[in-house]
Amino acid sequence: MGDVLIMNEIDATANRLGIDLLQVDLDSIQLPPGEDLGIISDDEDVYEDDDQEVESGFGNIIVVDNLPVVPKEKFEKLEGVIRKIYSQIGVIKEDGLWMPVDPETQKSLGYCFIEYNTPQEAELAKEKTNGYKLDRAHIFAVNMFDDFDKFMKVPDEWAPPEHKPYTPGENLQKWLTDEKARDQFVIRSGTDTEVLWNDARHLKPEPVYKRSYWTESFVQWSPLGTYLATVHRQGAAVWGGANTFNRLMRYAHPQVKLIDFSPGEKYLVTYSSHEPSNPRDANRVVINIFDVRTGKVMRDFKGSADEFAVGGTGGVAGVSWPVFRWGGGKDKYFAKLGKNMISVYETESFTLIDKKSLKVENVMDFSWSPTDPIISLFVPELGGGNQPARVSLVQIPSKEELRQKNLFSVSDCKMYWQSSGDYLAVKVDRYTKTKKSTYTGFELFRIKERDIPIEVLELDNKNDKIIAFAWEPKGHRFAVIHGDSPRPDISFYSMRTAQHAGRVSKLTTLKGKQANALFWSPSGRFIVLAGLKGFNGQLEFYNVDELETMATAEHFMATDVEWDPTGRYVATAVTSVHEMENGFNIWSFNGKLLYRTLKDHFFQFLWRPRPPSFLTPEKEEEIAKNLKKYSKKYEAEDQDVSMQLSEQEREKRRSLKNEWEKKISEWKRLHEEEKMERQMLRDGEASDEEEEYEAKEVEVEEVLDVTEEVEE
Amino acid sequence: MFQANSMTLITGSADQTAKLWNVETGAQLFTFNFDSPARSVDFAVGDKLAVITTDPFMELNSAIHVKRIARDPADQGGESVLILKGPQGRINRAVWGPLNRTIISAGEDAIVRIWDTETGKLLKESDKETGHKKTITSLAKAADGSHFLTGSLDKSAKLWDARTLELIKTYVTERPVNAVTMSPLLDHVVLGGGQDASAVTTTDHRAGKFEAKFFDKILQEEIGGVKGHFGPINALAFNPDGKSFSSGGEDGYVRLHHFDPDYFNIKI
Repeated sequence: MGDVLIMNEIDATANRLGIDLLQVDLDSIQLPPGEDLGIISDDEDVYEDDDQEVESGFGNIIVVDNLPVVPKEKFEKLEGVIRKIYSQIGVIKEDGLWMPVDPETQKSLGYCFIEYNTPQEAELAKEKTNGYKLDRAHIFAVNMFDDFDKFMKVPDEWAPPEHKPYTPGENLQKWLTDEKARDQFVIRSGTDTEVLWNDARHLKPEPVYKRSYWTESFVQWSPLGTYLATVHRQGAAVWGGANTFNRLMRYAHPQVKLIDFSPGEKYLVTYSSHEPSNPRDANRVVINIFDVRTGKVMRDFKGSADEFAVGGTGGVAGVSWPVFRWGGGKDKYFAKLGKNMISVYETESFTLIDKKSLKVENVMDFSWSPTDPIISLFVPELGGGNQPARVSLVQIPSKEELRQKNLFSVSDCKMYWQSSGDYLAVKVDRYTKTKKSTYTGFELFRIKERDIPIEVLELDNKNDKIIAFAWEPKGHRFAVIHGDSPRPDISFYSMRTAQHAGRVSKLTTLKGKQANALFWSPSGRFIVLAGLKGFNGQLEFYNVDELETMATAEHFMATDVEWDPTGRYVATAVTSVHEMENGFNIWSFNGKLLYRTLKDHFFQFLWRPRPPSFLTPEKEEEIAKNLKKYSKKYEAEDQDVSMQLSEQEREKRRSLKNEWEKKISEWKRLHEEEKMERQMLRDGEASDEEEEYEAKEVEVEEVLDVTEEVEE
Repeated sequence: MFQANSMTLITGSADQTAKLWNVETGAQLFTFNFDSPARSVDFAVGDKLAVITTDPFMELNSAIHVKRIARDPADQGGESVLILKGPQGRINRAVWGPLNRTIISAGEDAIVRIWDTETGKLLKESDKETGHKKTITSLAKAADGSHFLTGSLDKSAKLWDARTLELIKTYVTERPVNAVTMSPLLDHVVLGGGQDASAVTTTDHRAGKFEAKFFDKILQEEIGGVKGHFGPINALAFNPDGKSFSSGGEDGYVRLHHFDPDYFNIKI
């Protein structure tokens, strides 16, 4: 019955179109590839809403145009050439290559359709072959099948965009105007994410906003603290606002795993990694760069994980994140390490500077100056010593080499920039003459001085292993943890002292410390020498100006240490890496424990960053000089609060004690009432003081042995 | 559990019996037989009754047995005066309420229950919201029986009114609590505990760092701790004179601690 109905429909359609069914050669009909045979599904309109979520079914098809028009005899040859090109990029589906033929001329129409198994392969093919020169007359024009739909929809007449009324945005910086000058932090424990004020005066955190299941994996602040980003299956989102955390923007990126903000918060980079259709290939990587405020995709990058994992060791998802490093100030440039090149892009047009990458043979690592458009890069030794290793400083965008130094017998190298871009320290591990072990030295570049002088520094014992290195933020000093014993030494150096203006000099060495990590205060001057992991949470609060310890303390099993952005407080936390004692402590900068919060299943503690101060350096110096004058006002406030505090505390204790007294007297009363009954239970024993016990000495005679002595 | 005159001792064992012993001579006086391990034992006021709990075993649920204790061991019989059933999971502790009118039980299902001794009916249950969230491991009565302290694997201990089951205080610590006791002399509460068996591989390898933690009974704040055990603490008891206490631990040691004079002057 069903067959007859369908035939009727076909007849009707044929009549309408004026086709004589009997004339049609059924064998010459070529069905379009794909399961749905090109027939649009009835519920196609469902897909229109969210084209990110659902595939149209044609997502793996590309259209290759500008092919040569060839007669039947050449079909196979042309098909073969195309198949060869396109199967290199991905696995073409069975019968996935279709070259339509003009029924009149019996020649190919000059374009073909290619279907892959996954949309990622199709997109990759489009990127790689669009613009490919088959020969001078035929340059491939490749598009996604789905895009044609989009192009067709473009109306012929241009209509000016709708004018949306202006809705003023919120003051996203409101949190900085807190009267009590407190800082915020976000914590994640269990399924909850909470933002709290660090109220050090009241010795406790004050809640700002809390939400369960706010994020599906982790949260991250934007670098200037304006936004809190959350990560979900479909993409990322940012939240912020004046008094509440509203969702400000969404960024679609299915299966996003990692995110990174540009330092000026203008752009958000998102990353995902996908299983390839051919298991022997590397994962497919998708990176999107969004404009944070508008949510628009400025640029995307797609490729195999191999292209993105050069140099560094594979991290969470096979690449070392972030893949794109920002530099040059004001989010001007971002760069990626490639094979034998560094690709530097600028954000005016989101293309490579000069349309090509910076070619550096064998480049292993690079690093931006935090403040200037300068890149430092490292090229390891080649050819068994024929070509020495070198470190270079390159100016962007001119790509001019500002300074370089050859280094011999290098086994490894790490670059550390000082926060103001004044200095670059390069830690160089070198082989000894026997090549059996390595020793370490530092090349110290003075960036801001003329000709960028380089100084070589070796530790007193140059065989010492370097465990940690850290520049003082905004300062001229650095700290190094070194040594091979279970309790290493910590040395402090200065690039500039009164006695030696242009030379690095050692300030002091602290011997035998239980430390393996360095945490400078963000304003310098103070440092926390921490012993994490094996040392189980040892903390030493050290004053580098006076070169003396302010306090030693312990946060048992601490996994994280983080200074607040003002350098007034230190947070230490035990995360769920450990089963027990999860939670965080807040300390003052000089090592006094202010308060402690326990939270089971504790995952993250992040201070909310602050944007840089608007004060000029001169004004900052003036305030530091006149600190007493300014601090008087705050001291008075503090006094008030602490008086309040003890008054509150005293009240609380008084009421607790009163309640308790009441309970006790109630119990006493009942106990008295029941006394008679109790006596009866004890058969009349009037032991009133049954709470007390009586120690009775009891003499016990025990027969040990019986012997009979028989008298003879 | 000792009788009030310290002449007779009652013990419960996994060998599915509870026994009465003569303290002086060490002789066994009587054996009560059960179908599952006996766990918690307590003498009633007047020592004429004892309560014994048995664990769930195979298809048997846990139960609370009340036995009559004869003055003269020769007259001792084995039948139960009353058997209470109902709680799910193991009952870790059962004790007599004031005047033996009630029995208070606590165990694996984290609920504290008060039973009527006469009728065997369940009189009160602790509230799920405010009560313990995990197995209650330990229970200690105040000397006058007016209130009692429970310790739980949920890292807290709670103080309850023995007559009304009102929740009066909660003491929060960082580790699961295995044992609790109250000072007979000062308003101090002591909690002992350790870690879940599952966390054994992350054991604190600073030796001797398992603490018996002292809390101010009224203010619920931690005063300090006594370190020494290098395994979880499973038992705590104050000397009735309040001047010393003992702790027993997983490490196989029993430690006796004598307080120095400063202890008695502690002020927070």
